[in-house]
Amino acid sequence: MNDTLSFFSGFGPRDFLFLGEAALRTLWISVIAISIGTGMGVIFGWLLFEGKLLATLTLGPVLDVFRSVPLLIQLVLFYNFAPMVGLNLAPFGSGVVILAIYTAALVASVARGGFEAVGVPMRRASRSLGMSYWQDLRHVVMPIGMRAVFPAWVGVALGVMKDSALVSVLGYVELLKASQILITRTQQPLLILALAGAFYFALSYPISRYAARLEERWEQ
Amino acid sequence: MNYNFHWKPVFNNLPGLLEAGMLTLQVAVLSMLLGICIGMALALIRLHVRGPLRWFATTWIEVARNTPALIQLFFFAFGLGALGLYLSPYTIVLAGLTFNNAGYLAENFRGGLQAIPETQIRAARSLGMTAPQAYLRIVIPQVLRIVYYPMTNQMVWAVLMSSLGMLVGFRELSGETQALASTTFRIFEYFSVTAVIYYVIVKIFLGAAHLIARRLFRY
Repeated sequence: MNDTLSFFSGFGPRDFLFLGEAALRTLWISVIAISIGTGMGVIFGWLLFEGKLLATLTLGPVLDVFRSVPLLIQLVLFYNFAPMVGLNLAPFGSGVVILAIYTAALVASVARGGFEAVGVPMRRASRSLGMSYWQDLRHVVMPIGMRAVFPAWVGVALGVMKDSALVSVLGYVELLKASQILITRTQQPLLILALAGAFYFALSYPISRYAARLEERWEQ
Repeated sequence: MNYNFHWKPVFNNLPGLLEAGMLTLQVAVLSMLLGICIGMALALIRLHVRGPLRWFATTWIEVARNTPALIQLFFFAFGLGALGLYLSPYTIVLAGLTFNNAGYLAENFRGGLQAIPETQIRAARSLGMTAPQAYLRIVIPQVLRIVYYPMTNQMVWAVLMSSLGMLVGFRELSGETQALASTTFRIFEYFSVTAVIYYVIVKIFLGAAHLIARRLFRY
């Protein structure tokens, strides 16, 4: 009789499924946060671009705060702040809110660069062809300007996807949290961290290469 | 809003927080200096060397850029621990940040190096400089100038990234805040003060970078 009962068991196929499911959650929270954040960011970028002085004095510093404080601190602060004002958000909700605002703050400066990239003569030309301000914005400025900053936006989006790992601190079981849970049980940190890292890599690397190639092609 | 803010314990512990802030500064600056040296080496290897060394440099750069910084930190903390190599929290954070900085900076340096015309190196060589002299005196100063703004950005990222030290038991600004907050449960108050300190640190860095740029790039 030398059977011992162990708390730890090795990494099995079902754990692989568990990691895969968590990876989908990482993808899900990133896609939602990036979509909302990009929408907000483009509007903020437009406000910064058009409302020169007023927006630079009001919106600018606010967005600057979100860029100058670590995301981790923002998450902890919001997670503890929400219940004070009566908001009962699950870790997922808190994560989405902060990630979206963080994305918006980063996208705003990118989008502003895009609006600025469209030359004034071209805008005058479209206006003198009889386009209204909004038509000019919709059919001339957006296609040209947003295209110019597309590679930069991809960089921001990938950064947010990687930073979504921090939501694990709030207890949302995404890829990193799932790997921590598995590490606790299997005691094989090297293997599991490598698997989690490989997933992020597999997602991020092709997209970043694609953006880099796009940028190169447009430069010519 | 039914919440009574208690700021007093935070202000009583402010000296401790500021001291931890100095540790944040220290680890960020040190990781940046190491990152610049290693990043430059990686960029040069990636451009000029063939064989396994180049493969190593490419892997470093791509892994650093395409995986979360937190996973990199966990690798140095728990991954190496599984191999029997136990590092102190300070070393873990320094190694993790240096790894990350070097990867990102190498890519910036590569762009900068490619922007320097090859003819300049040949001109330097024909003036009798050795290859290292040509690089140290002609190429690298110009590259550092080209990548100055991306480098200040990376500096800010290093400060912000160092907050991840909290998750591997390093008592820099965030770790110290968490430790103090858990003694009083004034989490919101503690972390808002910490957020302000981070903001001030970042602004000081950006202001200093601006002043240095004005001094360096007068011509």
